Amino acid sequence: MSDAEPSDATDSETDSGGVTVPDADADVELDAVSESADMVDVPLKVRDLRKTFGGITAVDNAGFEIKKGSMTGLIGPNGAGKSTTFNCITGTYTPDSGVVEFNGEDITGLEPYEVAERGLVRTFQIARELSEMTVLENMMVAPMHQRGEALWRSVFARNDVNKQEEEILERAWETLEFFDIEHLANEYAGNLSGGQRKLLEMARALLTDPDMLLLDEPFAGVNPTLEERLLEHIHELRNQGYTFLIVEHDMDLIMENCEKVIVMHQGRILTEGTPEDVRNNEDVIEAYLGGEV
Amino acid sequence: MSETDSGDEPKGYGQSEEEDQSVLFGIDFRNDKYMLLTLLVGVFALYLIGGVVIGLPFRGLMNQLGQLSFWIAVFAMSALALNLHWGYTGLFNIGIVGFMATGVYITGVLSKPVFGSGTSAAEVGGFGLPLLVGIVGGMAAAAILGLIAALPALRLRADYLAIVTIALSEIVRFSLLSDTLSSADVAGYKVGLGGGDGVILDYGDPLEVFVRTASVPFDLVFGQSGWLWEEVYLGVLVEAVGSAIPNNPKPVVDNFAYAFVLLLVLGGFYVLITRIGSSPFGRVLKAVREDEDVTNALGKNTNVFKIKSFMVGCALMGLIGILWFGTQGSVTPNTFRPRITFYVWIALIIGGSGSNTGSVMGGAIFAAFLFQGPRYFKNIVETVLGNPEAPSSFGQAMAPLSGGDIFPMLLYTLDSIRQLQLFLMGVVLIWLMHRRPDGLLGHRKESASSIPLTRPTKKAATDGGEDQ
Repeated sequence: MSDAEPSDATDSETDSGGVTVPDADADVELDAVSESADMVDVPLKVRDLRKTFGGITAVDNAGFEIKKGSMTGLIGPNGAGKSTTFNCITGTYTPDSGVVEFNGEDITGLEPYEVAERGLVRTFQIARELSEMTVLENMMVAPMHQRGEALWRSVFARNDVNKQEEEILERAWETLEFFDIEHLANEYAGNLSGGQRKLLEMARALLTDPDMLLLDEPFAGVNPTLEERLLEHIHELRNQGYTFLIVEHDMDLIMENCEKVIVMHQGRILTEGTPEDVRNNEDVIEAYLGGEV
Repeated sequence: MSETDSGDEPKGYGQSEEEDQSVLFGIDFRNDKYMLLTLLVGVFALYLIGGVVIGLPFRGLMNQLGQLSFWIAVFAMSALALNLHWGYTGLFNIGIVGFMATGVYITGVLSKPVFGSGTSAAEVGGFGLPLLVGIVGGMAAAAILGLIAALPALRLRADYLAIVTIALSEIVRFSLLSDTLSSADVAGYKVGLGGGDGVILDYGDPLEVFVRTASVPFDLVFGQSGWLWEEVYLGVLVEAVGSAIPNNPKPVVDNFAYAFVLLLVLGGFYVLITRIGSSPFGRVLKAVREDEDVTNALGKNTNVFKIKSFMVGCALMGLIGILWFGTQGSVTPNTFRPRITFYVWIALIIGGSGSNTGSVMGGAIFAAFLFQGPRYFKNIVETVLGNPEAPSSFGQAMAPLSGGDIFPMLLYTLDSIRQLQLFLMGVVLIWLMHRRPDGLLGHRKESASSIPLTRPTKKAATDGGEDQ
């Protein structure tokens, strides 16, 4: 079943000519970063990551590397330290020790916005929409380094701001169309259903022009139809060159869709490899699957 | 398809909630601006009619209207500034009055005449700078005070900012009261905050300064200093009103003219804050209000945005302080009690935080009905009744009740209207929280973009939103 993937993927690549949504070089000026990104084959490297809360060691010397353009799953039972690892990478937590490197740059301990500015953007486990803003406004927050984010320009240089706003608006619409939620554009985000929020959250993250997306349980609480759609989108984006790291509970989902799987257990990296390897790994079966498979 | 059916609503918002208030007397009440305009016209008409009915002398009536405009402008401005903090950014500022006090005091210190032979020994002098420099200085001081408050508090959760700001506003008041700061020699100038006696603001009539400043281009043309003030204001305007009010018309005109200046400033506030709100900057502020972590994860340095928003709002509050208290000849520290802060909050809550039109409306309603209204009402009733003597104590008011005479009780109530006003505000607030927690216009539908958020024309075939 896993070999159904690539053909499926090339398929969508060929017919997706009109939907090259997140047109990375379109408007926003962070080419300096993304240029160097092109030269790095392994954008994300995590080494000896360690984080303790009081007496509990949530992450214990975890280390792994994520290849460019890959889709990697990070799995593990509850309390394995997945989310903490995630938060250490994205700057929500500062690790006690260890190094996180992104595109060749040490980003350990940076603020979340600094991590995001470098092209490493996350979504949240529970979709967090900006509820009293419309879907479109939610989207338009995302693009980085907007000229109108300077206070004086927003007041005194409206024409300048408006020009960029039009570009941003268009990209926002296109991205909404890509995710098939453009009919909700002027709806308050708080009125969306759970699944629509997940779509919005991913669409919004895309508008930041990331190199790599960290998805924290993107399929939690999502019905099978929508799950299918989300997966389609993710595969399509991966084919466009985005790198994905997905934290997920659902083992099967990860096994079927990721080319690489990292298994965490009790704060450590238990093993990593292809889904096949992981599935047949004794330790994994022992620790995570309880010998079921 | 259906997303483009917003053709008649410019912004494409407008959900069903306001369908019930539709078109009345040819005025489309779904449009906030019409609603505001109707309200303002209505309020002034009400005051005017009330005055005419009881036969208030023309002069008194004009004074009432001038005052009403003043209060509406002051509270509307304050609500707008607070809206930037709370409505847009979610910053819980309950120290508004502290920033107002800072503004007017620093302006006083900067612009008062230098201490000299004319001043009594007990008084302090100032730096003798032009009033406009003083105003800028006062606003800057308020902004810096805001920065000082914000830096430690913004790292913490939202409610800590509330504690810090209310404490700060009291710190400001006590500093103004302090003997140590009341007078000092700074670079050879005898300046100070005046302690409990306050500061005499003898920097000249602000109105005159404003008009004379506005007159500069005319002065160049007519070759006369202060042409607008001397010729137009005193020569034409005051003269003209003098035909209606023969006896000393200038204060009445001053009243109106100053209120007019305030309304102009209010217009400036509105434009400024609307521009801030409808821009990428404001969009980030609103995002911070909704969820700071998410905004941060999207690559925005939320602390910088919060600090900028806070400082701008504080500077505006400083300016309001100057315009409000700076015309009264002197200020004393105890004017700046937290009560004023809560007045502004009530105004914003009535209008609906997050909406600029709502803020102005809330300010107007608060000023007209809760702040000035009861006093005016008392005035009217007393005039109608021929200014009867009210009982001086509660006992004297209650005693006749046993005999069935409720008149003294009513008079007593009327006489205590200033105290009851606070009670009334409380009742209104509770009622609002129950019935309309978002305020009158708190639907937050003012767009967070500098351009209309309709579908870009290139893409859309069936776009109806082309009415702009």
